[in-house]
Amino acid sequence: MSGQLVINLIYILSAGLFIYGLKMLTSPATARQGNRLSAIGMLIAIVVTLFDQNIVDFTWIIVGLVVGSAIGSIAARRVEMTSMPELVALFNGFGGLASVTVACAALFGSEVSTGLAATIILSILIGSVTFTGSLVAYGKLSETIPSKAVLFAGQRVVNGAILLSIIVAAVIFSLNPDTTSGSNAFWVVIGLSFLLGIMVVIPIGGADMPVVISLLNSYSGLAACAAGFVLNNNLLIVAGSLVGASGMILTNIMCKAMNRSLGNVLFSGFGAVTQQADAIEGEVKPVVAADAYLILEAASSVAIVPGYGMAVAQAQHAVQELAEQLEENGCEVRFAVHPVAGRMPGHMNVLLAEANVPYDQLVEMDDINPQMGGIDVAIVIGANDVVNPAALDQESSPIYGMPIIHVHEAGTVIVLKRSMATGFAGLDNALFYGDNTRMLFGDAKESVMGMVAEFKG
Amino acid sequence: MEIVYLSFILVLAIFLGFELISKVPSTLHTPLMSGANAISGITVVGALVAAGADQETTATILGTAAVTLATINVVGGYMVTDRMLAMFKKKH
Repeated sequence: MSGQLVINLIYILSAGLFIYGLKMLTSPATARQGNRLSAIGMLIAIVVTLFDQNIVDFTWIIVGLVVGSAIGSIAARRVEMTSMPELVALFNGFGGLASVTVACAALFGSEVSTGLAATIILSILIGSVTFTGSLVAYGKLSETIPSKAVLFAGQRVVNGAILLSIIVAAVIFSLNPDTTSGSNAFWVVIGLSFLLGIMVVIPIGGADMPVVISLLNSYSGLAACAAGFVLNNNLLIVAGSLVGASGMILTNIMCKAMNRSLGNVLFSGFGAVTQQADAIEGEVKPVVAADAYLILEAASSVAIVPGYGMAVAQAQHAVQELAEQLEENGCEVRFAVHPVAGRMPGHMNVLLAEANVPYDQLVEMDDINPQMGGIDVAIVIGANDVVNPAALDQESSPIYGMPIIHVHEAGTVIVLKRSMATGFAGLDNALFYGDNTRMLFGDAKESVMGMVAEFKG
Repeated sequence: MEIVYLSFILVLAIFLGFELISKVPSTLHTPLMSGANAISGITVVGALVAAGADQETTATILGTAAVTLATINVVGGYMVTDRMLAMFKKKH
């Protein structure tokens, strides 16, 4: 017994390292070291577990560790930064499935009581929903399946019925947790939980995926928690709770940034847009790169507002070069990043960091907005809805109330855009018709490179 | 009593998580998520025992699958997080 005691004492050390590692994630300066501390905590937990007295054969452990490490390290090295949402979605799914298999192993490995059976079932339910839900999210993000919201009449009734059947089967199984006679109820729970995971994610549109992967991230933590209850393991509960809380916070931030409730995201695909009541007055003032250069050359402060369109055009390196040119010209440059820019929380920051934009130039929306009036030029690249002033003053607009970056308050706004096509929400944008707005039409990368060329003279 | 004790840990850990993570700047939210993936791979600890204990073959197979899946999360999660965080540099 003393062996188990020592193992559990060392688990406390691991938990401490996880917690301290997360604490160091509060600043980009210490974050990398924090991640390493967390990894050391994990390594200690794994090594000390190998001394568990119940382990008699290491063959399959080694197989699992080797195969898992190989797949994990290849995925981590090969993934493109633009594909991070897909990778995180997949990892969420693996986390869920790992909890399912651990719970199943506990069930098939020994006789279980009703109480234990109930926690096993809970672990299987959360893990299965996380697994299939994440696979659907992955499919939508990578566009291997259509990213559109799949809605049909009576969807909520069907989902409710599935959930109810799971609960009934779970109760039946828990009362008689015998894997031979009670196994029918058990398979019903697993099968329907997998189905439920698919059903809850298909009605969510591609643009809402940042919310969904945050939520599934949270579920994968809760699945680890549930597995902790099955195994009576504190470390699983602590680590799972940290992940669960993290996912919940991110889900909340994403919902707020889109001005939608979680319920609205989960149950109604971003629907048809009602036509805007009032037509926008004013005219579009197109410019060419040389004109834009003259405006920028005279500016002493510039805010660059990147949207996912910038990443699609692969323009981030060119944008970074433009920022460098501006700075050499004695101009203060900042990147104003909207929380939903990119396809997952914080995604745009990673894409900019990859293009060598220093992190002290990355400014959050709430920090830049009060200063926008004093900024000479705002450059909007591949963003549309997140700078649409209709969100502030047009109550009839579907995006009314959504927080935006107030670029229209800047001295001059240069908007880089392929054409006058509307953004994701399908709305016209009064910003493009503003007195202080200049439109630079064309491919974002080419437009930015055009401006850089002017600077280089 | 065991369940009460475990629930106690659960509640405290969730509060701690909220306190810690609400202080993470939005700049680092993507590495936070991939790091969370790695931490949720902690299931590997339970999986190791399931894969190595002397029990029915079914349980061993399930345990091995769990070790593999959780290890993918642990190794992949920490590595990709490190790769991302290495890109965040301060102005020269």
